[in-house]
Amino acid sequence: MTSTLKISELTKTFAGIRALDAVSLTVEPGSRVALLGHNGAGKSTMMKIILGLLPFDAGTVEVCGAAPGSAQARKQVAYLPENTAFHPALTGEEQIGQYLALRGEDPAKARDLLDRVGLHDAARRRIGTYSKGMRQRVGLAQALIGKPKLLVLDEPTSGLDPVSRRDFYALLDGLAAQGAAILLSSHALTEVEARTDRIVILSNGRMVATGTLADLRRTAALPVTMHVTAKNGYASEIADALPGAIRVGADLRLSCGQEEKLGMLARVAGLRDKLADIEVVPPSLEDIYSHFSRRDGQ
Amino acid sequence: MNRILATARTEFRIALRNRWVAIAIGLMALFALVLSAAGSAPTGGLGVDRLSVTVASLTSLAVYLVPLVALLMSFDAIAGEVERGTLPLLLTYPGGRVEILIGKLVAHLAVLTLAVVAGYGLAGVAALRADPAAAAGLPALFRLTWTSVLLGATFLGVGYALSSLARRPSGAAGLAMGFWLGAVVLYDLGLLAAVVADDGGWFTTDLFPLALLANPADAFRLFNLAASEASAAAAGVAGAASSVPLWQSALSVFVWPLLALAAATAALRKVTP
Ligand SMILES: Nc1ncnc2c1ncn2[C@@H]1O[C@H](COP(=O)(O)OP(=O)(O)OP(=O)(O)O)[C@@H](O)[C@H]1O
Ligand SMILES: [Mg+2]
Repeated sequence: MTSTLKISELTKTFAGIRALDAVSLTVEPGSRVALLGHNGAGKSTMMKIILGLLPFDAGTVEVCGAAPGSAQARKQVAYLPENTAFHPALTGEEQIGQYLALRGEDPAKARDLLDRVGLHDAARRRIGTYSKGMRQRVGLAQALIGKPKLLVLDEPTSGLDPVSRRDFYALLDGLAAQGAAILLSSHALTEVEARTDRIVILSNGRMVATGTLADLRRTAALPVTMHVTAKNGYASEIADALPGAIRVGADLRLSCGQEEKLGMLARVAGLRDKLADIEVVPPSLEDIYSHFSRRDGQ
Repeated sequence: MNRILATARTEFRIALRNRWVAIAIGLMALFALVLSAAGSAPTGGLGVDRLSVTVASLTSLAVYLVPLVALLMSFDAIAGEVERGTLPLLLTYPGGRVEILIGKLVAHLAVLTLAVVAGYGLAGVAALRADPAAAAGLPALFRLTWTSVLLGATFLGVGYALSSLARRPSGAAGLAMGFWLGAVVLYDLGLLAAVVADDGGWFTTDLFPLALLANPADAFRLFNLAASEASAAAAGVAGAASSVPLWQSALSVFVWPLLALAAATAALRKVTP
């Protein structure tokens, strides 16, 4: 299968600021890619380039086999901008109706779309009266119009409540299952961890990491932490048996590299008569993210 | 085509809710009624029907009012979208940027047409009721109506172009008002001053007619007065330019809206949201 989105060596400079520096990325049909990075890392800039809204300085970008922003590309790409805004005098239904008509679809489908994003009751109210999360949902509704081959979503879950977030990712799963490629940016690491296939981390315009969460975990090689709880009275004995452990009350904290993990576990298991509990804590996505993001001079 | 109509429908709705439809119609109706009331006195002496006189004074009014209303409606068209943050999303939809402009133009032109028809219609009814012979002026009134719509289209296009260039509503408003003052008021004053200084020389005979044709508002006035029986009732610049053939002013009236739309398209193509 050919990639829906192909970016290679993409570079973009704003008056001396390197917003993107030789970034390469491909997104396959049916895959969900999360774009992470600090504020000002270049996520929104990259998305605007993919949509043809911004010109770029060097590199190549191919969207559904066409140039970004070309008529052919626009037909197949849906976009959710990071600050979604609509004319306040229009109702949700009228606004979505217009977007449907612009994509050559029947404006009467607006109600259905708004139902899908949970805006049934407010469909006939003016967008000026909507809350931030409701406006965000109008934005999501318009991104679902037609059968986009590529969805570019800039912080799609900002402003959504926890239940709506879950509903939103369920919607995405459905779209991906039908073969849509999805590129989304987010600052909410936990939801990205569970709901996307691949993670790309940008830092100061450079791609510092890419891969599945397991890949990133491996390359980051962050230490694993173990929490060992001793049975009553055995704490000091165990502390002596495990040099390097830090005592926190009745608990002992051990830290070791990925490759020493199994050896360490075997040693701890040898003491099992004296132990009440043992817990292995892998590095969280937050740890991995800070590892990659910080490595670049932050 | 469907995309243009969809944009036009949305824009018309917005104009309705922003009260632009009511304001434009009210403004035109008010001024037309005031003019027909004021113009009721001197009819007898000129030997032309009442409506033709009304058309002559409506023409002088339309030269100022139609461009003003058109610019007021259009200066926000692009700059407002940029400020609200709605433009980037709109530009990622299928269809060219020119389609967005044409859609807006259709809606705004519909509002303007309603206003012009309401205002001129009222003035026409008032004239017909006072003078049964006024029916002779109906063709002139009809001509005034469609040329006013074309004049409006020109200034709407200019408004979109300025709106795209300014990118901020406040800047666009300033540019639009400056353009109105320059094109509709100062331009004529300048020409008049030049004619007076030239005193019948080369400028008055050769350049002056071209200068009038080059300005959409002057071409509009020229066309309506030259074509109408009532040119005697009009004073000022138009009297001095009776030498311009009708087809030239008609050409200018038709070509300006296209030029303005082309300028607006070129300006919008340069906008990076
Ligand atoms: N129009 C512009 N003119 C000048 N600089 C810009 C422009 N747009 C973005 N930048 C710069 O490019 C860099 C990347 O910005 P971008 O908006 O892509 O960040 P981001 O990753 O989306 O951040 P955030 O998480 O805050 O949304 C920043 O340094 C920003 O200041
Ligand atoms: Mg951003």
